[in-house]
Amino acid sequence: MSDHSPTTPHPKRSLAQTLQVDMRLLGMIGSFFAVCIVFNILTDGRFLTPRNIFNLTIQTVSVAIMATGMVFVIVTRHIDLSVGALLATCTAVMAMTQTQWLPNIVGLELGHPLIPWIAIAAGLITGAAIGAGQGWLIGYQGIPAFIVTLGGLLIWRNVGWWMTDGATIGPLDQTYILFGGIGGTLGVFWSWIVGLVASLAAVFGLWSARRNKVAHGFTVKPIWAEAVVMTLTAGAILGFVAILNAYSVPSRVIARNPELFGCATAEGCTAAYGLPYSVLLLSVVAIVMTVIARRTRLGRYIFATGGNPDAAQLSGINTRLLTVKIFAMVGVLSALAGIVASARLGYHTNDIGTLDELRVIAAAVIGGTALSGGIGTIYGAIIGALIMQSLQSGMAMVGVDAPYQNIVVGAVLVLAVWIDIQYRKRMGAKL
Amino acid sequence: MSTPLVEMKNVSIAFGGVRAVDDVSIELHAGEVVGLLGHNGAGKSTLIKMLSGAYKMDAGEIWIEGTRATINSPADSRDYNIETIYQTLALADNLDAASNLFLGRELTTKFGLLDDGKMEAETRKIMARLNPNFKKLKEPVSALSGGQRQSVAIARAVYFNAKILIMDEPTAALGVHETAMVAELIGELKKQGLGIFLISHDTREMMELCDRVAVMKNGQMIGSERVEDVTEDDILSMIILGKNPKAKT
Ligand SMILES: Nc1ncnc2c1ncn2[C@@H]1O[C@H](COP(=O)(O)OP(=O)(O)OP(=O)(O)O)[C@@H](O)[C@H]1O
Ligand SMILES: [Mg+2]
Repeated sequence: MSDHSPTTPHPKRSLAQTLQVDMRLLGMIGSFFAVCIVFNILTDGRFLTPRNIFNLTIQTVSVAIMATGMVFVIVTRHIDLSVGALLATCTAVMAMTQTQWLPNIVGLELGHPLIPWIAIAAGLITGAAIGAGQGWLIGYQGIPAFIVTLGGLLIWRNVGWWMTDGATIGPLDQTYILFGGIGGTLGVFWSWIVGLVASLAAVFGLWSARRNKVAHGFTVKPIWAEAVVMTLTAGAILGFVAILNAYSVPSRVIARNPELFGCATAEGCTAAYGLPYSVLLLSVVAIVMTVIARRTRLGRYIFATGGNPDAAQLSGINTRLLTVKIFAMVGVLSALAGIVASARLGYHTNDIGTLDELRVIAAAVIGGTALSGGIGTIYGAIIGALIMQSLQSGMAMVGVDAPYQNIVVGAVLVLAVWIDIQYRKRMGAKL
Repeated sequence: MSTPLVEMKNVSIAFGGVRAVDDVSIELHAGEVVGLLGHNGAGKSTLIKMLSGAYKMDAGEIWIEGTRATINSPADSRDYNIETIYQTLALADNLDAASNLFLGRELTTKFGLLDDGKMEAETRKIMARLNPNFKKLKEPVSALSGGQRQSVAIARAVYFNAKILIMDEPTAALGVHETAMVAELIGELKKQGLGIFLISHDTREMMELCDRVAVMKNGQMIGSERVEDVTEDDILSMIILGKNPKAKT
């Protein structure tokens, strides 16, 4: 039982080690920036404009929301091929609820303030129920997730089609479409408020984590290092808000309805979009999922089961029920992603979310989730989604044809996993 | 004699056609160490896995402190204060020592969130007692040596104040010094009144550590004897021949 590793601390510690920041996080952020800078050069500076960053962000939200759930699925050595189709069924339910069922069957008139919320609740329940059902087939009946969700891919895409008779359903409720992105933003003032609150919360979180460590007598990083990490975190949040706030509303949009932007007339009125509600939703999802992953029993059991399912079971964990919970969570997240996706379009279409399952899996995997199970992070999946979206938007801006875009994205997926494997080998960790 | 801590009565289990454990009865008293011996595949691990809830027995009864016990899952077994160190160690390789030690029984804060700080502090304490050289608290247990992993598994079984301890080849991966520490630990726990099932292939070690040894062969119980009544050769012949030389004819 003796420990033969040297007990003396390494004399030369790199800056990253002293700051105790996750090297993989740095690597991912680094590659994201690299992608952005390359496209910025190729597009003569059109890629890194507030407008494009804003668009990039809102285009990423839907896939990123589902990718956070896919992390849990892949961590437990499963896969979910049905998320895109599930999204379509959920948006079909939500679109039908708000445009047909509530007005025609229940008798709530169109525009009633309860309509969007009832529709959203119906979508979330649908997602949870379908996800739980798939999870039950996988966990309790032992059918491989690949098969259950491959079946789901065919079933749910077409259940959505059947519910809507294949028709496009819209226009959607005015409040509902606020979740779409550019149609629903906080404006400059509230964006700053949210940014400030988020920064303060992040700093407080770091500080209380440090205090907790001190209370247990563990070693902590030097106070200057802590300050650097706090400053960088708060700076990143506020910087992001500043960029979104720099995207001003075009004057022709203001002219359409100046009151919406707090002006009496369009003359001399300026306004900026600020944080979209959809991005706020993604942030909340990211925080909740991260807390689940790191600070709750549920998350601990998810990772333990991924690392060694037998050990988890012998430790008294109900791994079957766990599978149901994970797939139900993914169902709920697909419904949330569906809100954003259909609100962005303004209507439900049959092909909404097509191929999203592949984008979502790719985002999780590019973000460092290991298909062998037990390893993955929520932030990684979100950055993975951002990288994918930047590649695609960037190539579109440069004028690369769609088939070539797909070739590049496919190659990047394989390359990212290869780099991750090399990195883990280098770190001496078992795969 | 007092009521046994554990009594397994006529338990059987079969996997397909293999009768892995066939009508075996065994008892364990408080403050007693009972050794299970036998060839590979004799059914030792399977027998104790029915007690730890990993397998459900096909027939037979388990009695704990004089009352009939129903053990259908590992959680049930833990509720009876039974702790098990599995031969395979049963650790989640991607998690660190503290997460493994508390797996399934995490300490939480008043908000219901995991109290990782507290768990790490507790892990440091118990590891300091069991294996003072253990330093790799923050690393996934996949980065530990076989012996270090074993000490994590032992710590997990000892930490929760078990009444009944099952150790399936706990010293298999350990060096001489560490084996001696486990022997010392077994003695200490025995003094505290725990009942211990110990499985090992080292007959001499078993003669030293156990009060009683039970020998299995092909899923059947050959016999159990107090160590002072038998020689090492008697035990070896029980293991090899499947006959109890002491048995009255
Ligand atoms: N899950 C299982 N499925 C099928 N057969 C099993 C299973 N577990 C054990 N067996 C069989 O039961 C018999 C007893 O196995 P067991 O693991 O109890 O042996 P053991 O006495 O612990 O051996 P060892 O000393 O090698 O650990 C063996 O024939 C084994 O192949
Ligand atoms: Mg065995």
